[in-house]
Amino acid sequence: MTAGVFVVVVVLMISVFSFRRRSPDLGTPAERATFDTLHTASLAAPPLRDGLTPESAQLAIRHLRTLLGTPAVALADGSRLLAWDGEGVHHREHAQRHAAGVIASGRTSVLDAAQIDGDQPCRVLDCPLRSAVVAPLISGETVVGALIAYGGAASAALVRATGEVAIWVSTQIELAELDRSRTRAIEAEVRALRAQISPHFVYNSLAAIASFVRTDPERARELLLEFADFTRYAFRTGGEFTTLADELRNIERYLVLEQARFGERLRVRLRVAPEVLPVAVPYLSVQPLVENAVRHGLQAKEGGGLITLGAADSGADALIWVEDDGVGADPVLIGRILAGQSGESVGLGNVDARLRQVFGDRCGLVVETAPGAGTKVSFRVPKYAPGVHAGPPGP
Amino acid sequence: MSTWIAVALVCAATLLVGALGLRLSRTTSDFYVASRMVSPRWNASAIGGEYISGASFLGVAGLIFATGSDMLWYSIGYTAGYLVLLALVAAPLRRSGAYTLPDFAQIRLRSAGVRRVTAVLVVGIGWLYLLPQFLGAGLALRTATGAPGWVGTAIAVLVVVANVTAGGMRSVTFVQAFQYWLKLTAIALPVVLLLIAWHSDGSPSPASVPGSEWSEPLSGGDHPVYRTYSLLLALLFGTMGLPHVLVRLYTNPDGRAARRTVLSVIALLGAFYLFPPVYGALGRIYAGDLLDSPDSMMLLLPGRMLGEPWGDLATALLTAGAFAAFLSTSSGLTISVAGVLSQDLLRGRFRTSVSGFRVGAGLAVLVPATLSLLGVRTGLADTVTLAFALAASTFCPLLVLGIWWRGLTRAGTLAGLVVGGLLASTAVLLTVSGAVSSGWPAALLGQPAAWTVPTAFLVMVVVSLRTRRTPGVNTIMVRLHAPEALDLDRGDHPTPP
Repeated sequence: MTAGVFVVVVVLMISVFSFRRRSPDLGTPAERATFDTLHTASLAAPPLRDGLTPESAQLAIRHLRTLLGTPAVALADGSRLLAWDGEGVHHREHAQRHAAGVIASGRTSVLDAAQIDGDQPCRVLDCPLRSAVVAPLISGETVVGALIAYGGAASAALVRATGEVAIWVSTQIELAELDRSRTRAIEAEVRALRAQISPHFVYNSLAAIASFVRTDPERARELLLEFADFTRYAFRTGGEFTTLADELRNIERYLVLEQARFGERLRVRLRVAPEVLPVAVPYLSVQPLVENAVRHGLQAKEGGGLITLGAADSGADALIWVEDDGVGADPVLIGRILAGQSGESVGLGNVDARLRQVFGDRCGLVVETAPGAGTKVSFRVPKYAPGVHAGPPGP
Repeated sequence: MSTWIAVALVCAATLLVGALGLRLSRTTSDFYVASRMVSPRWNASAIGGEYISGASFLGVAGLIFATGSDMLWYSIGYTAGYLVLLALVAAPLRRSGAYTLPDFAQIRLRSAGVRRVTAVLVVGIGWLYLLPQFLGAGLALRTATGAPGWVGTAIAVLVVVANVTAGGMRSVTFVQAFQYWLKLTAIALPVVLLLIAWHSDGSPSPASVPGSEWSEPLSGGDHPVYRTYSLLLALLFGTMGLPHVLVRLYTNPDGRAARRTVLSVIALLGAFYLFPPVYGALGRIYAGDLLDSPDSMMLLLPGRMLGEPWGDLATALLTAGAFAAFLSTSSGLTISVAGVLSQDLLRGRFRTSVSGFRVGAGLAVLVPATLSLLGVRTGLADTVTLAFALAASTFCPLLVLGIWWRGLTRAGTLAGLVVGGLLASTAVLLTVSGAVSSGWPAALLGQPAAWTVPTAFLVMVVVSLRTRRTPGVNTIMVRLHAPEALDLDRGDHPTPP
């Protein structure tokens, strides 16, 4: 009975996790040969997608030799031999010389035994490497290396096969180059999306501080120090992320400065689950939402209002929200701001873009609002995301 | 009757707190209060609350009662596992930034394959640990009220599912911490009453009862020396692989706080595990006829020793405590397993992460609930030990070698996890299905840790030595081991890779 139950459980587990099964129908021999070739090519592809380096060449070359079926295969770039696989290792040291001509000319060539040996005749009696086919690896317009297939006698078929494999390897290297440019583009985009503090805030804060300089110099000094701390936080270099706790402390500085202007009209309530305080969030990802609530929600409202700032645990995510009971906004306008079509609230669009950039589209901003009904802006942050770590604690 | 009321109260409180959990998080307008992280002491209470399971609440006393003084090692092992966790794992794991074990595997080995295998193991360990919780809930209610066994199981399953899917996705520290103190009270107060009764009875010694090689060490069962060492190995090295304990380390602000938390956990658990042996010894004197069903001894003991109404009250308190323990551990486990299921194994099959999590929660409960309702009958603490053995044979090598050895590779990890996992789960299946029942095979399969843990370590090390190192391991090690305040290169990219 119980044993049977466990068998059922095991079967369940297997079907639940749906390990990919292979079809029992294996096809004709020709089809199978095609499958095998494609499979070998797919094994060689991932390392080559890192570009042409000694490491990637070392990982890929075994599969390339399987594809070509020759006794030995070598990969070289313009300056050195990258990898060698197969027999006749005593020819290894000459491989770079074999490649040099082809890399210079960019044309496939066939070397005979004498050319392989060069000035040092091969002393191994039954050396299997009596000829070599050297094909260039071309990325874009430039020759970046060469693929060398060593064999007994160079046949037209081997020349053709080597040429085709070289073209395939070239494609992979070009894709690697493409990957690198895409990464560079993303990095540039992230740099462009760096956390921003709004010029309005700088201007308003300094004006508020100036108004206290004569009447209450002590207060003016405190506010100026808060302002200094705020800018230090906003302009700090290093990691892109901080903990939610640090971001909260910075929002406090921001609100102290805003309260210098708004006084009692601006009230704040926090509802923060302490469990999610260590979560890593992008710098200045919550503060612009608070600023948005102050500027667009409460500034226009008679008698000021209440801002609620919340964070809650939600399984593997943390849920963060900022709510105000201000004048609200037209959802269509908010939609245009988030789509980047309206420059009216740069902060909101910037935070949304950065969150999506780092955590994926699942984690963009969610805005709930209507004219006269207040606004609630919320987003999710995963507790762990690859490559996301909070920097050291701030001042 | 009083027992039903107590159980109903516990269930209602659990559901209420789960639904209203958010209200308990701090509401304030004071930033200083709001941005203060959970203190290590609160965190430790919360870990204690989630960790002390119903199976150990009832099971440890039952084992000591039935088998003898060797079983005192359970009390020690359940606590001392945190010592190993403290020394080897707590701080580096927190510094890694991982929330779950699959996260750690991904950080250390940068491999989706290892992450997937780890996720499957988390689910397996979770199921194995949930099974005795559900079984125990049925047993506790049957013993205390005479209701059929499936009633308690069904109640526990329903409460856990309702709690987790409705709002219990939040791990509210305060609630879990409260659970610990509730359990401590529930187990400690009856002991006072029982000891008074025992004292007025002339303080008879449990060693004087007939059949009293019971109090001698290494007297019970086959191959007691092997079993004892294997048990200790499982408990010491298995604690670090329990999914619901590890996620709580994340709540600490840094590695240092994680260490302090685990240190406090040792003290709290040490206090709690003083009590089960008292029940075991008193049971030997007053309830010697219950040797066939040791797991229910603890609930029946007050009735034997105390008159009305104290006996009923003590039983009600114990049942409530046990039920609270079943519910809190099951909820914690279900949340962890559901999180891993929805994140790693069911990812992309559901529209929103919330519905994915709910399906995950259903699946997490479904398998152990089905098993316990279908009539799998195993000793509570025995099954828990098997879960520990499985964790010790898989996650212990992953964590210890991953944190302390640069040479660990993807292939090595995969091989070690698969070999350790297969060996331990085969032992578990054979033991739970009752295929072997005596002699060396039963001892080796019933307490597999002594051979599965070294094998898993060996496989991981040997395969790692024969494969290429994970790239960038040095910066990962800096992240794991250097205190957070030091300004070092931890491989922080301005962009995600």
